[in-house]
Amino acid sequence: MEARRVPRAVSDPKVRQVGFFAPGAPPDRSQSGPPHPASSSPPVSDISPSGNSLSPVMIPPPRHLSADLARGPHFSPAAPLSPMRAARDSIPVGSYNPSEFVAPTASEFTDDALSPNWTARRSNSGKFASSLPAGGFDMSSLKQNNFPASSLTTVSIVNMPPGITEKDGGAGVEVQKERSKTGSKASSKPLKEQTTKAERRAIQEAQRAAKAATKGDGSKTPAASSGLGSSANANPGKAAKASPQKKDNSPVAASEKRGSDRPQDKDRKKDVPHPRMQFDDKSRVEKAKKRSVVKQTEAKNRVELFRHLPQYEHGTRLPELESKLFQLDPVHPAVYKVGLRYLAGDISGGNARCIAMLQAFQESIKDYSTPPEKALIRDLTSKINSYVSFLIECRPLSISMGNAIRFLKSKIAKLPLALSESEAKAILLSDIDRFINEKIILADKVIVRHAVTKIRDGDVLLTYGSSSAVELLLIHAHELGKNFRVVVVDSRPKLEGKLLLRRLVGKGISCTYTHINAVSYIMHEVTRVFLGASSVLSNGTVYSRVGTACVAMVAHQFRVPVLICCEAYKFHERVQLDSICSNELGDPDMIAKVPGRKEIDSLDDWANSDNLQLLNLIYDATPSDYVSMIITDYGMIPPTSVPVIVREYRREHLWT
Amino acid sequence: MPDMQGLVNELIDKLKKRDGLINGLSFVLVLMLIRWQKGEGITGTALQTAELLRSVISVQKLPPTNKAAALINAVRDVGEKLIAANPVGEPLASFCQLSVGNVIRRVLHIVREEDLSPSSDEAGDNEEEITWLRDNTAPYVAEIIRPPLLHMLHTFSSAEEKSKSYIFGRSRKLKNDVIEAINMLIEDVNICYELIAEQAVEHIHHNETILTLGWSRTVLEFLLAAKDKKRSFHVFVAEGAPRCHGHALTDSAVFAMISRVNMVIVGVHAVTANGGVIAPVGIDMVALAAQKFAVPVVVVAGIHKLCPLYTENPEVSLNDVRSPSELLELGNFSDCMDFGSVDGAPLVHVANPVFDYVPPELVSLVITDIGGHKPSYIYRLIADYYSSQDYVRYGKDALL
Repeated sequence: MEARRVPRAVSDPKVRQVGFFAPGAPPDRSQSGPPHPASSSPPVSDISPSGNSLSPVMIPPPRHLSADLARGPHFSPAAPLSPMRAARDSIPVGSYNPSEFVAPTASEFTDDALSPNWTARRSNSGKFASSLPAGGFDMSSLKQNNFPASSLTTVSIVNMPPGITEKDGGAGVEVQKERSKTGSKASSKPLKEQTTKAERRAIQEAQRAAKAATKGDGSKTPAASSGLGSSANANPGKAAKASPQKKDNSPVAASEKRGSDRPQDKDRKKDVPHPRMQFDDKSRVEKAKKRSVVKQTEAKNRVELFRHLPQYEHGTRLPELESKLFQLDPVHPAVYKVGLRYLAGDISGGNARCIAMLQAFQESIKDYSTPPEKALIRDLTSKINSYVSFLIECRPLSISMGNAIRFLKSKIAKLPLALSESEAKAILLSDIDRFINEKIILADKVIVRHAVTKIRDGDVLLTYGSSSAVELLLIHAHELGKNFRVVVVDSRPKLEGKLLLRRLVGKGISCTYTHINAVSYIMHEVTRVFLGASSVLSNGTVYSRVGTACVAMVAHQFRVPVLICCEAYKFHERVQLDSICSNELGDPDMIAKVPGRKEIDSLDDWANSDNLQLLNLIYDATPSDYVSMIITDYGMIPPTSVPVIVREYRREHLWT
Repeated sequence: MPDMQGLVNELIDKLKKRDGLINGLSFVLVLMLIRWQKGEGITGTALQTAELLRSVISVQKLPPTNKAAALINAVRDVGEKLIAANPVGEPLASFCQLSVGNVIRRVLHIVREEDLSPSSDEAGDNEEEITWLRDNTAPYVAEIIRPPLLHMLHTFSSAEEKSKSYIFGRSRKLKNDVIEAINMLIEDVNICYELIAEQAVEHIHHNETILTLGWSRTVLEFLLAAKDKKRSFHVFVAEGAPRCHGHALTDSAVFAMISRVNMVIVGVHAVTANGGVIAPVGIDMVALAAQKFAVPVVVVAGIHKLCPLYTENPEVSLNDVRSPSELLELGNFSDCMDFGSVDGAPLVHVANPVFDYVPPELVSLVITDIGGHKPSYIYRLIADYYSSQDYVRYGKDALL
């Protein structure tokens, strides 16, 4: 991991500003030493020969996603430049900054990287991995690409000046040091005869990097090394400066007014996940209360550990909100209706909530007219903001909804000023429609198409709770005539699995139903676990319905592959390690009541007992170790590749 | 638990149709059921079994020779019938077998011990010795060649008329010793809570966070004892659905919370010879999560829950499955039940097991009334408390 982050430490802001690469420039990603100032000198010896010999030989794989997937968990510093890098660079993918890429290690991602223990139990695990559909990544091409990569490495070693013959990680550092002593010009000399366009760019870039590194020698190093611990796409120095400036505590407000013409580092700065509202911060809670539309009474007997999350008395808000129907002029009726339904729990599930919200926004945009002397862009954004804060008061936003709101706001912000109001509205409406169709509905279809290849005859599939994507998958597989059995695992208090069970049985699928306690009892017979997710976070953590982590853990223990079905629009660049820092608290009364079991009444008056707090968590975070594979609309990826999807596709598809 | 009352009535009805001896035993079973219902759980059934065996032994007429063997046979006989008399299967099967079996084995062990002890062995009764040896070395053979009890009574009582008074005294002595030992066993079972709870202070410290699942009197007393010592700590109680003996946290949230927990303390149903535990369903999940976060899993169990059995597939063979209606209101699913697949099998299966088997690797400590032990040491305790010739598993499918 150390080595992987080095390129980040090296690329300080100055390099970023000047180093705007056109596609085709192989950047200096092969550095592998510790963040020593000298290590930022140009690693020309690594880049140029390989890049040189690469360009005529290598055929770029069809998708650069596949190249990203190759990034295995282990980084071998001796493989400086994999051909896939060059291949990717030759594809015009837009203006991403390649210096931020870490070096891929093509070698590690074999089929058992999906689930390290499969082979122990299943002899046919190889088949599983190699039967990936066309939409996914092509394993064979990856493996083929590996061999040239290693041979190229030796080529680059040969080109080095004598004295540097070692090839391991330590030697890499020595190479860098020596380079910096001789100076960047000298180091580029042996490359003079190579005149590829990409080559010259690389040299230029390397020189710039060297200059920047020597300039910021003393001051930048601590910042860079501290950046080692920060998240992958966070610019450490800038992020630290930026975060206190942001006063707004709405979680979605960070991304507004994003311009495409901004310099990239500013753009990047915006990507740093905004700190969430902490509800144990008294002054902020007071401020928020003043603004709020819904009067909320804090629940009594809250669990101390979860003071930072909002928890309100349930049941008091709905009637009050209903009575306010005619007083709430800032909120559009459609939004209002959706909010009420969130509050009442009518709509649940990430996709359903997101679609309902977007459709309500569509309604409100249809009815929208710009007030005189106001710009549509600004006014509509503030309107949407007020809607969003209303919805947050009804129920905290899911991450998927936050992403959708970011999308909508960026669309509004990017509307050309010249457009008339009706045109602008029409564009926005169609944009929202497109989002719903492409990112949710079509995405689900693609996921089902991918995932169904993983279901074989005779499989016993386990699912937990009720995930719309998994349900579609199971029904589709059944329609294809596959012969399998489904284990529906459920958990109190929501018991969503019952509804899923009913629908599946209605389709004629043979099912087994059980509660989560018995999951280790039933796991013996299970061959695959398919789970849905509320969100997939950048560190591979799957944020989902509470209990998912338990199921994944038990499956991991029993060496059963865990496949997560999640649309890519739910991915988020936030990172999270536990389920406590960020979560949602449900109605504690739900725990006290056991429907159909009247004799269990020991908790009926729990609120009057000072020593008892009930905790009804809604989500939990599944560590990425338990996840064998995430099936998204961009293909099937290991959890380590989530940041790739977040970075690449977010920027290109969602925000432009 | 209103449905339990109905169950008891039904049980009694069924018992009336049975024959004499079983009828008597069944009455004991009903008593057990009532104790179970009162929340005494396994300990209640263990006590009841011990009391039953005590009365069986006290009324048992002993032959002049090999008295121990006769006692052993009598106890075994009752034990087998006790299991066989299990009339309803549910819920008795879930709790009876292991605890009844354990107590019977304990009593058998007591008889053997008392028989060996010098006080009762003073006469050096040769015949008895031989029989005992035969029993000891080849329990299976002994069982087969064992003469029927009644036959033994007749032959010996007529043959050794002369030494009757002496023998009477001898058998009285053995019987008294055994009964005394059983009384001590009952006493032990009764005070196991206190003995276990006494150790709580050594394990629970100030400001700790403890997680437990379901309801267990042992755990309750353990925690209360720590509280009495002015230790303040938090307890997360996972509810143990669908039986919901505990409450305050859904079972599914265990993984989310375990990272903030210092210790998992659970009560169990039985501790097997390899140190694994048979525990209420859901604890395997908790133990796995605890292992992931390196949280110690402490099992509190009275010594009477040690079970010399070890089966290769305990999660199935030592388990019990309860009614699906606890999970699904079948009325709501009646329309779905009509669907049948091609071979006519129903589409919906419901798995509602009662117990989990937690392998010894996941258990950090077993606290019994005689102190805390590593799971790897349990085999030694079992050797102390049971005789190896009683490990035999007999009965058709009963675990005795």
